[in-house]
Amino acid sequence: MPDAIEDIDRRLIIATQAGLPLVPRPYHALAEQLGIAPADVQARLAAMLATGIIRRIGAVPNHYALGYRHNGMTVWDVADDRIDALGAQVGSLSFVTHCYRRPRRLPDWPYNLFAMVHGRDRSEAEAHAAAIARLLGDACRSSDILYSSRILKKTGLRIAG
Amino acid sequence: MAHETGAGDVTLDEADRALVNALQGGFPLCDEPYRAIAETVGLGLTEVDVLNRLQSLLERKVLTRFGPMYQVERMGGAFVLAALKVPEPEYERIAGIVNALPEVAHNYRREHALNMWFVLATEQPEGIAAAIAKIEAATGLPVFAFPKEREYFVEMKLHA
Repeated sequence: MPDAIEDIDRRLIIATQAGLPLVPRPYHALAEQLGIAPADVQARLAAMLATGIIRRIGAVPNHYALGYRHNGMTVWDVADDRIDALGAQVGSLSFVTHCYRRPRRLPDWPYNLFAMVHGRDRSEAEAHAAAIARLLGDACRSSDILYSSRILKKTGLRIAG
Repeated sequence: MAHETGAGDVTLDEADRALVNALQGGFPLCDEPYRAIAETVGLGLTEVDVLNRLQSLLERKVLTRFGPMYQVERMGGAFVLAALKVPEPEYERIAGIVNALPEVAHNYRREHALNMWFVLATEQPEGIAAAIAKIEAATGLPVFAFPKEREYFVEMKLHA
């Protein structure tokens, strides 16, 4: 962890990375645990939200439990001179939860655009992929969908205490 | 292939669904945030109901976690998607090796020649190369790393 992260933030991250306390006054509970004022806990969390160190505070759903059993990583080989304009459009589609440009790994992997889609059945996921294909048009040379079939691990980030 | 998802058959009632949807937005930074969520959701939920239901949703693995979601890159760390081409007979053994590394934040089986996809999260950027080297040494397989070059959009927005 670089010096840029204040010690109190680091302690707050370690105290909350497994989750927020499930008690009526969670920020007071953290304050007591860390020996600081409850207002400071809220202020530091607000500051980390503002700088983007915290993306959001909330729940991470298990896609499968919500009925989204068909979670597809759609991958696309998009012309380099058009990917940024098109990637922004793909990312703004309501059903795309993550969208990134990543390097190709030739010859094994020709794809440079990754977009996650989720369906309650296979055809819903495929319909989402088809909509992306229409948007990319002739800028896309080839594509694939990699469905997840097992969660092997899902713990999120853990930093050392 | 049987799915192994960590979640059994769960039934969510209307209040559970409303709660899951409400908790995907910004959780309030006030003294009694669960009470505020109860008021937002309505449906007659009290603060105690919200806490009990949240506990149950976590226990039933409908939610994988609840709290602040940290972006390791903004702390000077790194987050990299990577994949392995694992021979089927070796799959369980290799999954055990990969999952044992604390740098592996999550790991999914996907149906492709590249059949194991995981995310490495480290406090310092150098940690990524070190983790990749550890995985290659322990598995004897080359790691395909896919660092993000640009992020077009990231948001959880699954409707329960």
